[in-house]
Amino acid sequence: MVKALSLGVTVSADGVDYIVRNPGCCDLVFDATSAKSHLEHAPILKKLGKRVIDLTPAKVGLMSVPSVNLADSLAEINVNMVTCGGQASIPVAYAIGQTQTDVDYIEVVSSIASRSAGPATRQNLDEYIKTTEDGLKEFSGAKRTKAILNLNPAEPCVDMQATIFAKVKAPDIGKLSDVLKGLVEKIRQYVPGYEVILGPIIENDRIVVMVRVRGLGDYLPAYAGNLDIINCAAIAMAEEYAKAAGNQHSERDG
Amino acid sequence: MLERKIVISDPTLRDGNHAVRHELRVEQIAAYCEAADAACVSIVEVGHGNGLGASSLQLGESATPDHIALATARAHLKTSKLGIHVIPGFATIERDLKPALEQGVDVVRVASHCTEADICERHISFSRSMGVEVWGCLMMSHMISPALLLEQARKMESYGAEGVVFMDSSGHYIPDDVRQRVEALVDGLSIAVGFHGHNNLGLAVANSIVAADSGATLLDACARGFGAGAGNTQLEVLVAVLERLGYSTGIDLYKMLDAADLAEKILMKVIPTISSVSVVSGMAGVFSGFMRPVTRIAHEFGVDPRDVFFELGRRKIVAGQEDLILEVAKELAVRTVKGCQ
Repeated sequence: MVKALSLGVTVSADGVDYIVRNPGCCDLVFDATSAKSHLEHAPILKKLGKRVIDLTPAKVGLMSVPSVNLADSLAEINVNMVTCGGQASIPVAYAIGQTQTDVDYIEVVSSIASRSAGPATRQNLDEYIKTTEDGLKEFSGAKRTKAILNLNPAEPCVDMQATIFAKVKAPDIGKLSDVLKGLVEKIRQYVPGYEVILGPIIENDRIVVMVRVRGLGDYLPAYAGNLDIINCAAIAMAEEYAKAAGNQHSERDG
Repeated sequence: MLERKIVISDPTLRDGNHAVRHELRVEQIAAYCEAADAACVSIVEVGHGNGLGASSLQLGESATPDHIALATARAHLKTSKLGIHVIPGFATIERDLKPALEQGVDVVRVASHCTEADICERHISFSRSMGVEVWGCLMMSHMISPALLLEQARKMESYGAEGVVFMDSSGHYIPDDVRQRVEALVDGLSIAVGFHGHNNLGLAVANSIVAADSGATLLDACARGFGAGAGNTQLEVLVAVLERLGYSTGIDLYKMLDAADLAEKILMKVIPTISSVSVVSGMAGVFSGFMRPVTRIAHEFGVDPRDVFFELGRRKIVAGQEDLILEVAKELAVRTVKGCQ
């Protein structure tokens, strides 16, 4: 808050109440509270006509992963950024869905540094799992999905990693690698620290891909790639909104 | 003398699943439950080695899905309570815990790594609200001091746990370690204290006895020590020793010995034994799942896997940091070369 004040940004500790009292203060709201809180905030913000980028796993609006469905998300007034594990793994799951037939099962195991998990994350583990599983299913078309989250207390802190396993009928690794490469390039435009560190390979008759997400290390430490990836995705989304709004203005002006 | 009571919680059909890649089947679950029930074991825990909802490609898929394992156990337990192990991050309340409770689970044990008790809040308070018996479990507990362990256990108490079990997941403790921790917990908590031992250093029974002597009222143990690696505290031995010491467990010793014979016959491919690597991983206090990667990588770098284990222990490596094995082996390889010159 001190940092924000030093940049001349208006700050309040009153949460959504401040926006209700000062509806002119913003056009767009990033909600980074908790799933439970966002369920209360969403109707209030809708009434105020605010665009909302929801960073909790409340899943009120369309699930949005910028590298996959940026264009669709633009039409929505409330988009949900799924979860950090979802932002890291859904592009891979999407690539699997696009290139493989009969995707029976996708499993994602995410490990994050204990220090990067605040109280809301710890309270929201169940919502995290449910929302990540729903996102994986929706973007890959897999029949069954499973998400697991490990908090790793190791020191020095571990980087965020996600391992994606898939059971498909006849794995086509060549096709998957090609599509994945393109997606990874897109992701790296907004999350430069995103990289595939293993795979895609076939091990034990299943596809395995491991990704690591290192944060920018600008404000949050670099190991907190989980926080960075969802923040960066939300910012990428907001920038698209801003561009779209800018275009509308120039059309009107012209 | 007042008879001192110890509750025995038996995770043979849960921790033992680690030893057989989570392949325990309905017939095995049914037969062992019947035998443990006949022996009047207080609590019989059933499920995937990592608990409810943990069947996965990452950790191994259960041959018997949770709901079938629970239904089988429920049907064959008359006096023993049915227990489950629940790790938040794997098991969710809606998908896993609610259905399990509907199947008649009596005891829910919500577990986390020893520093992460706060991820257990919702699972503990939910289970309490459903009226079942709830324990918190702190795994890999040797990695923090007695004072920090108490701090984490207090959180579990504040969420509604009726007791806290601290787990010697790596089989690292010597009796004094256990005494200090039990004393700290008994002193600082107003709820029951339990201990879960592993036998890497051959001390699981001795440690459990020290726990009881220091004020713990619940002990975990498995028939024939059935569990991963060096195995758990051996249940039938523990019961016998407790009997000699004048503790009452409510267990019928002959029937417990029969149950252990049955377990040996129908559950395990090999009886858990303390291998040389188990001794080292226990001494080093390293997660037993590192055994295979350490052996492989040490071989690749031409270093002694025992040195790798001790170095990993010194660095307080936890599960999920497998990448550091490589780093440690590389460093040791460099040092070895220098040593030769």
